[in-house]
Amino acid sequence: MLELSRITAGYDPRRPVVRGVSLTIGAGSAVGLLGPSGCGKSTLARVAALLHRPDSGTVVVDGDPVRGARHRATREQRTAFGVVFQQPRLAADPRMRLTDLIAEPLRATGRRDEAAGAVAALAGRVGLSAELLGRRPHEVSDGQLQRACLARALVLRPRWLICDEMTAMLDASTAAALVAVVEDYRAESGAGLLAVGHDRVLLDRWCDETVQWDELRLEKSPSGV
Amino acid sequence: MSLVPAANPVPTANPVPAVDPVLSVRNLSVRFRMRGGREVAAVTDASFELGPGECLALIGESGCGKSVLASALLGLLPRNAAATGRALMGDLDLLAADERTLARTVRGRRIGLVPQSPSAHLTPVRTVRSQLEETVRELTGVPRAGLRAAAEAAAERAAFPVSHLDRHSHQLSGGLAQRAATALALVGDAPLLLADEPTTGLDRDLVDRTVDELRRHADAGRALLMITHDLAAARRVADRVAVMYAGRIVEITGAPAFFGEPGPRHPYARALLDALPERAFTPIPGMPPELGDLPAGCAFAARCARASDLCGTLPATTDGVSCHHPVARPHPEESSRA
Ligand code: SF4
Repeated sequence: MLELSRITAGYDPRRPVVRGVSLTIGAGSAVGLLGPSGCGKSTLARVAALLHRPDSGTVVVDGDPVRGARHRATREQRTAFGVVFQQPRLAADPRMRLTDLIAEPLRATGRRDEAAGAVAALAGRVGLSAELLGRRPHEVSDGQLQRACLARALVLRPRWLICDEMTAMLDASTAAALVAVVEDYRAESGAGLLAVGHDRVLLDRWCDETVQWDELRLEKSPSGV
Repeated sequence: MSLVPAANPVPTANPVPAVDPVLSVRNLSVRFRMRGGREVAAVTDASFELGPGECLALIGESGCGKSVLASALLGLLPRNAAATGRALMGDLDLLAADERTLARTVRGRRIGLVPQSPSAHLTPVRTVRSQLEETVRELTGVPRAGLRAAAEAAAERAAFPVSHLDRHSHQLSGGLAQRAATALALVGDAPLLLADEPTTGLDRDLVDRTVDELRRHADAGRALLMITHDLAAARRVADRVAVMYAGRIVEITGAPAFFGEPGPRHPYARALLDALPERAFTPIPGMPPELGDLPAGCAFAARCARASDLCGTLPATTDGVSCHHPVARPHPEESSRA
């Protein structure tokens, strides 16, 4: 279970974009979080993925309370998450070939020797050919790069996936393909999902349950957008 | 206004205008020369017409050539690209025009560009008012004393609130930045509006409002060419739809028939609609071919459930559809022709 309780977070403690928000996702279930852009849902997704430390509130991952974000959380906790963002170009090191991009989390956790096998298996899954794996981000389309970013998110076999507007920039077929990859992985691994987006039709189709940002807030947050 | 007007029996919402087209594109191709002598076929043999008051949505996935086509019309192709064919606005062939002509008489005057990311298009150090006034001064003969009123009128045409004119672009919401960019595009009173992915990154209700405003400008008599990967936005705004795949327009047809019944006839277009979450939500297997390494025949063959040996040759375009085995129309006399 992923439990976010009374989270307040942002980039300026005087003007938090997330204020007093609570959200719980049962083990293995998929929750869609629907809200307009600028409402703070992406910040909440970063908190849920342990990438951003909240100003206050608690995050409990599978019964295990998180003490801090990034390197202050335990490795076990951090590697429980795979994250995919909206804009693959902002999330990918432009110097890395796609194969290295996908293997990056393995290297960062000292499991370099598993890279070749894991990348080959995932590339097939997300539909990247050997030739594409050898290219750098500027040599592939947005859709191809997002496929690589999804493979990277899966390479540590996370128990939780956080997808923040994963398909917002993609054509309908690529979007459906990436959602199918996520769902196949979840079916086989039992991983849970938080999918953040602004498209209700998509989230309703994808997730077990769709919650609206406004329903999560205990107090009004001054998003100002 | 369809590609083969007389032979198109599908009823469309837009009556065929009896006036000259605003834009007539004939056999437009764009080739990029890459290092090592490699050639990339970004656009091949695109033909369509666009009349006043009409909106054509050019849809397809990223990298299919639709944005390159727009750049070719504006004379904004990079140096290593060459365009062939014709793109006529009246007597002027956009593809043959020199940069001076394009800069002085086309961009802003004959074609208003509604850009993909409005905040990047607006100058961050200046207010919306000062940019609008400068554009008014450049594109119209309004004397200095009239600039302020003219800029405010331009803002109002795009539903941009005059109360926000003294703001900088970073102080605007996504929706207002888009309206500011649209206001700039409208200043020159261009007969053709070209909107390149105008809804990317916008929330659904903002998408709806943005395309409704574009539609309003088409209804006021402009021609609107909207390039988008957003099928819901295309459905909302377009009279006709052109589907691009691997650099070619594979189907061009009326929007009601395309999104409703009987649906698209080209297998790629059908599969693309089926991938929508409100439909089957099934992806098309595989990925499009590289534009630098296209097959000799139909570029969709490797992914197409209807492919046959014949598809190893290039299909001709019949009734706006480029396919050897298009999905039959419900009328027997038409399906026998395919
Ligand atoms: S020409 Fe053949 S391969 Fe191409 S879309 Fe038509 S049926 Fe499919």
